[in-house]
Amino acid sequence: MSEIATNEPARRRGPTAVGVFRAALKRDLLLAFRSKSDLVNPLIFFLMVATLFPLGVSPEPGFLALLAPGLVWVAALLATLLSMDSLFRADFEDGTLEQALLSPQPLILIVLARVLAHWIMTGLPLTLMAPLLGLMLFLPAEGMGGLMLSLLLGTPTLSLIGAIGAALTVGLRKGGVLISLLVLPLYIPVLIFGSGAVQAAVTGLPLAGYLALLGAMLALGVVLAPLAIGAALRISVSG
Amino acid sequence: MAKTKTDKNWMPRWFYQLASPRWCYEITGKLLPAFSVLALVLLLGGTVWALLFAPADYQQGNSFRIIYIHVPSAILAQSCYMMMALAGAIGLIWKMKVADMVAKACAPLGASLALLALATGAIWGKPTWGSWWVWDARLTSMLILLFLYLGVMALHSAIENDTTAAQSTAVLALVGLVNIPIIKYSVEWWNTLHQPATFKLTEKPAMPPEMWLPLLVMVVGFYCFFAVSLMLRLRHEILRRERRSSWVQALVESR
Repeated sequence: MSEIATNEPARRRGPTAVGVFRAALKRDLLLAFRSKSDLVNPLIFFLMVATLFPLGVSPEPGFLALLAPGLVWVAALLATLLSMDSLFRADFEDGTLEQALLSPQPLILIVLARVLAHWIMTGLPLTLMAPLLGLMLFLPAEGMGGLMLSLLLGTPTLSLIGAIGAALTVGLRKGGVLISLLVLPLYIPVLIFGSGAVQAAVTGLPLAGYLALLGAMLALGVVLAPLAIGAALRISVSG
Repeated sequence: MAKTKTDKNWMPRWFYQLASPRWCYEITGKLLPAFSVLALVLLLGGTVWALLFAPADYQQGNSFRIIYIHVPSAILAQSCYMMMALAGAIGLIWKMKVADMVAKACAPLGASLALLALATGAIWGKPTWGSWWVWDARLTSMLILLFLYLGVMALHSAIENDTTAAQSTAVLALVGLVNIPIIKYSVEWWNTLHQPATFKLTEKPAMPPEMWLPLLVMVVGFYCFFAVSLMLRLRHEILRRERRSSWVQALVESR
């Protein structure tokens, strides 16, 4: 009876910001692990896109090695984009999202946890799988380090930007194509500096500049994107 | 009490009235003829001056004259984006209907201006650089600007509720705002094929005055033309959205 009538004990304890973030992250990761297909699909897509290029363009190693930095980056970008549409969809449909918006906890933390969970489930595996693709596309061995580092810094930014598009389109029926229209123009700077870093690593040029720019974009994204995602979610859910 | 009084004197009354669709319709109706005449005179005068009287370039000959369309449309495409984002922010923060309508009216105008800038750039690039398109920083970021406009328009048309559509596109426009400094400074940050900006506030243009004066006239003319088309679209949008209100119905009956 008392448990139903009041939530005093919960309020007295008062979850800290870190506690909220950890709880949201744990929940999102658990949910993601339970639906294995969502976890594996972007990775399979990543692999398949990389297979298309040797078949469609040319299987010649020298030519592929030239294209490899850009190809791996484009494939990673598309795989991230593909996984973006479902980011808030399930939460929106079962009403969890509304509860998160109504809860007294800061929305920014919940959103940031959601994006971090998404990155752990897609961006990180993509980064770990990238050397395999590099190998398939004859990327020179010197470029592997640059590829991994640039993806490690770039994919969280992709997740953050993509989440803005996902939040804007979550209430819409035809979100799938629309989200790529909204998000792809914003992905272009990340792609330019990401593949630039790999290119520099292949040719033996210093890549600190590229990595610094990718890091700057990530820092900017971590600070500003959750605000935009939160605002977009509030508009999408209330509208 | 005293504070509100001083606040009221600080800004003219018509500025507040712009927030009301009805007053905005009336004020733009009064401004429209003046801007139309100004745009017509400036654009006609500027075109004649630029095509017939401005001296030919010593390297590019007469082909450089496309600059008189290219530069104004490129400048305006960026200004229009900033206006769209600003209007969107005002609509988002103060929930002003008119600001939402301004933002909506800006998107197609800006998209066509960006397209015009890219097209004239391509036509100019063919004789000067030897190719229609170069993947240069300025050109690419301008192309991204066009994509951003298209994304804003696509999002607006995908959402049926006018208010939600306006708020969502405002968020998207504000996010896309990061591209504007990239376009602006791309020619200075990266050493590219595209020449640096023609006009700067702090320096004199590199061209002789016979060349940049008609360009300045064209830029101002383009701004006036933009104001005219924006006001026309805005008035149309006001009438469409306020069609159920009594003043619009009275207006329609009086015609």
